[in-house]
Amino acid sequence: MIEQLVQRLYTLSATWDIPPLVVQLLLMVVVAVIIILFVSVSVMFLVWWERKISAHIQARFGPMRVGGWHGWAQSIADGIKLILKEDIVPQAADRIIFALAPMVVFATALTLYIIIPFGPGLIVKDLNIGVLFYISLSSLTVVGIVMAGWSSGNKYSALGALRSAAQVVSYEVPLVVSVLPVIMLAGSLRMTDIIAAQEKIWFIVPQVVAFLTFFTAALAETNRLPFDIPEAESELVAGFHVEYSGIRFAMFFMAEYANMFTVSAIAVTCFLGGWRGPALVPFLPEKFWAVFWFLTKTYFLIFVMIWLRWTLARLRVDQLMNLGWKVLLPIAFLNLGVTGVVMVLLG
Amino acid sequence: MTASEISFFILAVLSVAAALVVVFGKNIVHAALALVLTFCSVAGIYVLLDAEFLAAVQILLYVGGITILILFAIMLTSRISGGGVRILNEQVGVSLVVVGGLLLLIVSVLWNASFAGSAPPPVQTTPYIGRLLITTYLLPFEVASILLLAALIGALILARKEKE
Repeated sequence: MIEQLVQRLYTLSATWDIPPLVVQLLLMVVVAVIIILFVSVSVMFLVWWERKISAHIQARFGPMRVGGWHGWAQSIADGIKLILKEDIVPQAADRIIFALAPMVVFATALTLYIIIPFGPGLIVKDLNIGVLFYISLSSLTVVGIVMAGWSSGNKYSALGALRSAAQVVSYEVPLVVSVLPVIMLAGSLRMTDIIAAQEKIWFIVPQVVAFLTFFTAALAETNRLPFDIPEAESELVAGFHVEYSGIRFAMFFMAEYANMFTVSAIAVTCFLGGWRGPALVPFLPEKFWAVFWFLTKTYFLIFVMIWLRWTLARLRVDQLMNLGWKVLLPIAFLNLGVTGVVMVLLG
Repeated sequence: MTASEISFFILAVLSVAAALVVVFGKNIVHAALALVLTFCSVAGIYVLLDAEFLAAVQILLYVGGITILILFAIMLTSRISGGGVRILNEQVGVSLVVVGGLLLLIVSVLWNASFAGSAPPPVQTTPYIGRLLITTYLLPFEVASILLLAALIGALILARKEKE
């Protein structure tokens, strides 16, 4: 349906002598607006959800007043507050880099939504290099974090940025190695091919080890507790974003939640069968159930991430490095080797 | 002008301008960050040439790995991270010879090269690159991996010595 609409748009523009470039730009803007809308709404929901879950884990209620029913409008109120706040730039800051850093982080988070397969045909661009696109672009986030930490002209920020760089470089390796068995089984990097390869059995069944290492490394890549030493508030105030306030802080905050969604969506695609799932009520269209199952699985994994955050304590820097290099990486490599041998033996 | 032509010119200008900042930037952190922009623009040009795999690996290794390590080293070295580093030296004669030789080499290669693109680009480049790496180019591939392994062991030995 969407493809037919796009095709009609192109033929219409051809009859009116509008260059195809204009149509392309128009389509890009439309897609970008849809992504930004989805991210904003999703982030507002996730922030509220995290606050509710954390409150219930600690036997509290969390936000209850704004909007009436269980404080559902709390995130909207917070968002308006952040936009209206004064924008403070510290005197010691490098102004250009300071202004660019949140944009780099946020733009990277948005770009990654290009490859998320929400349902059959509901993917912005089904790239040949799908998973690799995620792996390579997600490493850009740390450039933004280092920019923020260095340009703030504050030693806590700089320490947070340094820790973040060390952490992301260390955990990127097990992350990549634990995705490799899935790529070997599917024989492709393309997101839709990986989902198609899970028609008989979800990859989490033969690759449960890879799923666990991937999820742990992904937690570290998104700087979430128990791996949030870049912002460890008890030692570094708030890490790399100490000096940020107002809308610039909001961009870091939104990017963190947007990244949680991306990581969970990639894990669902690679290990949990993507959009596959039974149609519970028969008369609704197939596409509805695909999106329904994809979002349900993704939000479940996000729930697990929130659950872990409010259950586990923060790791120390050396423990974090030990876990990455001495535990996760050997397990991931072993799993990769075993998968290869089994694939050769089974033909 | 098509969209890909416009993108090419934007990326080309960006990559050259950023590279100039890398060379002439007074602040070494700015230079490192401009290097990120250069690598990303070059990756964009790879995408325009239908070499998606190369583009992704370019960002993964050069931006995600090497530049991060450069930034890491700069931030740990307090004397140079503040800016105001001397960026020129007095070795004009030697550098003129080296640059002249390099220019001659590049021009001679470009002079003899033919840019007539005959075959259409393959739909998927990743499997071809993989297959070529373990068949035709196996020897260079293995040599490179042994080199990296040697560097890894060397780094480990250096790090151990400091501890004792």
